[in-house]
This record gives sequence, C-alpha cells and structure tokens, in this order.
Amino acid sequence: MSFTVKHERGIITLGVDGQLIVGNRHELKQKVLDALEGGGRRFVIDFTQTGYIDSSGLGVLVSLSKKIREQGGELRLAGLNEDLQTLFELTKLDTLFTITRTPQEAVASF
Amino acid sequence: MSPASPLRIDVQGGEPRRLRLEVPSDVEYVGEAVELIARHCLTGILSPRRVLFNLRTALAEALTNAIVYGNGEDAAKVVRVQVELGRDAVRIRVSDDGAGFDPAAPPDPTRPENLRREDGRGLFVMRHLVDRVDFNDKGNTIWLTLQAG
Repeated sequence: MSFTVKHERGIITLGVDGQLIVGNRHELKQKVLDALEGGGRRFVIDFTQTGYIDSSGLGVLVSLSKKIREQGGELRLAGLNEDLQTLFELTKLDTLFTITRTPQEAVASF
Repeated sequence: MSPASPLRIDVQGGEPRRLRLEVPSDVEYVGEAVELIARHCLTGILSPRRVLFNLRTALAEALTNAIVYGNGEDAAKVVRVQVELGRDAVRIRVSDDGAGFDPAAPPDPTRPENLRREDGRGLFVMRHLVDRVDFNDKGNTIWLTLQAG
C-alpha cells in the first residue's frame, strides 16, 4: 500500500494505491496535514487504484475534510469504483463529500 | 509478506477446508492478514468481487475491533482467526481476549448527529457487507458469514 502525491494548478491530488485502512490511515493524514501546513488548500483524494476502505479509513477522511475546511480549503474525492461508491452511500458519507467520477473532473471542478 | 512477518497461515484439508491464523495485536498487521486470508478464498465459492471488497473490508473491521478494543493493542495477546471454506458459505471467526462488548450498543452512524464522527461505523459496515454477523455471549468472538455467490 502506498500513496502518490501530485501537484497541479495549485491542487494537490493524493492517490491511494491498494487500501485505506487502520494500518495506513495515519500516513495519509500526515501527508495531507503537511501539505496543509505548507499552504495547500485544495485537495483531491483519488481512489482509482483503491481496492477497499475500512471504517478507520472513512473516519480519517471525515477528519481531514474538517481540518481542511477549518483552514478555508476543500477536499474532494474521486475515482470510487461501484463497491466503494455503495459504501459511501450506505454510510451516507456521500452527503458530506463532493465526489467526482475521475480525478481529472475533480481538479477541473475547483 | 515481508521476511520478518510473524504471520503464518495454517491450511487444513478436509470438508470444510479450514484456515487458521494468529495475528499480533498491532494494527500494522491488519492489511497483511486480510490479504493472506483473501488469497485463499479467491478460488472458492465466493465471486472474486465479493472476496476483494466485501470479505476484505469486513475482515479488516473485525480484526481492527479485536486488536484495538478487544486486546487493547497489548503485544502479549494475539487475535485468532479461523475460516471455514464450506460448500455453501464461508464462515470467518475472529476471537480476542477482551471483556467483550454489546453489539446492540453502537449508535446508528448514519444519523445526522453522528455523520461527522470519525468512529462508530465498523459494525454497521460489517453488517451491510456480509450475509450474517454473529457474536458469542461474551462479545469477544465474532462470526462473519458470506453465502456462496
């Protein structure tokens, strides 16, 4: 499991490769917080290469969304496959996040 | 699996085939334990999609609960996983050494007042991703059942 970080037009896109679960959520959180500290305000988390997300992973997304908003920024999610989209819908977290089909759409939507 | 990993899966033949795995009480092992078990389930009665999403997610939840809330991340304790690969269903048992908990207690995480909470979704997610969730009376053993398909 690993994360990729891409900067484009002032937007920071973090790709989640594999899974976002209890064992790696802190790594993602730290990457976002470091970028926030460095002045980043617009974030996309790209799940195109993500197999599964557990409730700890969902929790860290909720936490990051709050921290980014507190700094006047915004977090958008992208690239959820059908199963992950269903997970967000059944937990109603789809109502908390702006979710786009692709990371390109998320970047373009800022 | 890294050479230093303590995770060793024990595969027992017969009907049903059984897998056994002991997982140290450290959340760093959750991902690897899930992959080890999922790999053995991919050629069975469950569709690959259900193994790769439903089983992996639900098992990660069960392991995390057992490690964090059951064993309190105590390095001296292990979480025991047993998987029965039956003809009609896959049954996964996850046991810890904790005092147990009341599965009826967690509040509904989809209620508006709980939606922005960071925790409290684990059991809810498990119940939606597998066909059946059962606990022993004490509440320190959980069974996840996925019917064939």
